[in-house]
Amino acid sequence: MLKMQSSARRKAYITAMKLLMGVAAVLTCTLVVGMIGYILGNGIPNITWEMLSTAPSYLANRVGILPDILSTLYIVIATLLIVLPLGVGAAIYLNEYAANKKLVSIIEYASETLSGIPSIIYGLVGMLIFCKNGTSLLAGALTLTIMNLPTIMRTTQESLKTVPQSYREGAFGLGAGKWRTIRTVVLPSCVDGIVTGCILSIGRILGESAALLFTAGSAHMLYNFFEGMHNAGATLTVALYFYAKESSDTGVVFAIAAILMLLTMLINLIADLVGRYFRRKQQ
Amino acid sequence: MFEAVVHGIFLLLGLITVGCVLLITVYLIISGIPAIQKIGLVPFLTGKVWSSTSAEPKYGILPFILTSVYGTAGAIVLGVPIGFLTAVYLSKVAPKKVRTVLEAAVSLLAGIPSVVYGLVGMLVLVPAIRKTFHLPDGASLFAAIIVLAVMILPSIIKVSVTALEAVPHEYEDASLALGATEVETYFRVSVPAAKSGIAAAVVLGVGRAIGEAMAVMMVSGNAPNMPGSIFESVRFLTTAVASEMSYSSGLQRQALFSIALVLYLFILLINAALNFFLKRDKEGN
Repeated sequence: MLKMQSSARRKAYITAMKLLMGVAAVLTCTLVVGMIGYILGNGIPNITWEMLSTAPSYLANRVGILPDILSTLYIVIATLLIVLPLGVGAAIYLNEYAANKKLVSIIEYASETLSGIPSIIYGLVGMLIFCKNGTSLLAGALTLTIMNLPTIMRTTQESLKTVPQSYREGAFGLGAGKWRTIRTVVLPSCVDGIVTGCILSIGRILGESAALLFTAGSAHMLYNFFEGMHNAGATLTVALYFYAKESSDTGVVFAIAAILMLLTMLINLIADLVGRYFRRKQQ
Repeated sequence: MFEAVVHGIFLLLGLITVGCVLLITVYLIISGIPAIQKIGLVPFLTGKVWSSTSAEPKYGILPFILTSVYGTAGAIVLGVPIGFLTAVYLSKVAPKKVRTVLEAAVSLLAGIPSVVYGLVGMLVLVPAIRKTFHLPDGASLFAAIIVLAVMILPSIIKVSVTALEAVPHEYEDASLALGATEVETYFRVSVPAAKSGIAAAVVLGVGRAIGEAMAVMMVSGNAPNMPGSIFESVRFLTTAVASEMSYSSGLQRQALFSIALVLYLFILLINAALNFFLKRDKEGN
């Protein structure tokens, strides 16, 4: 088939494909570099210590984002606290206990379905279920818990699969029960999966906005962790959305965007380093 | 006894995802059905006018459905070729160093929050479209399509790369030994061998695009028009829910839940398709 084609046509095809691949790769790179440059270039000069350390005030005519930073932090902590035991537990069940193949495939299908549901639907259902008494950071965290379950489950499960069967047999042989084996042998060997899951989830929570709009609300008040849990609060992304829509002052908008961009880059860097560390340890 | 209790607890934890899916489904059906009953299924799905706040409110969501379909199709048409070609380059051609950099760039693209995409779209893309095409306002279906195309790139690239890497080397070696050049081998042997995985990448992109809310809300203008030209201001299924939820009440609010139910059905269909392709990809190798 190839022999039938004249070599000129073959050469043209090869050159065209090479060119197209090059253009696509360069375009992808340009998009990333362009966005980072645009956001950081416009945002970093606008980040001031006053902005980072105060709440917004109409009287003083300043837009502080400390409450938004704290809300984001609280939501990340609360979500991880709730989702970790649930997700890790579900992964342990699937890998260590489940004997029924059909049940496993149902659970895995459910988990895939969860990871495909758009965040706006999570926001809506979260509002219906968790916001009977109005919006709060806790309601936001609970909504994000459902969203991040599949992530934690998947990464933990992948790492459970790499724990050698001989470890478990060794523990059983020494007379340990199933639970004791899991607690003392299996769980410590799958820390890498749990940590990876946490990093991925943190990244996802930082970037989430649609699911939080109707569950966590949009207030900018300073609270400590426990007060914050049952009060409404805007995370950085939600605050960015409202400032971008309402205020004519693009300074604060760019500043928040730059902070989010830097955090995203940091999370990616940490994920990369952690991944490399665990891979080296395994070898 | 103790072990049985622990087993029971883990069983419950294992079933939690199933519980969540059921919970979401049940809540969406219960809150989505009443408005559809009141409006009627056919007028709701095929009505061309949405005016929820007028004296005689009309609840037709055909404009939203069509906008979501066109927007997603547009994003796929723009995003898939770029993502696919980048994936072939990444997995087969790129030298190791270039590959590391490009992969980091792609994961960064995946991690950027959707509001930041929306912001850049709002401040750069929308004014650019307005100036280039001499429009009164650049916030349009076209702007949304471009933003969505960029946002689905990382999913398409990552899944395609995984599929292309899984192609057995023997296939490529055989093709090279028969005298095909490397580029010919990649596109005529590797790509067809990875086609289920690449199809899965496209379906994943469809799911991402149809579910995106915040970024398109910031660039699409949000007027509930029937999508006629790509330069018109439009409203998607996702943004229809998000833009009125905060001040809605009564039938209007119920209708928003019905829109969410329609969106959810779309997503379930897409998930089933995704699962089909992923399974076939696994069996193929």
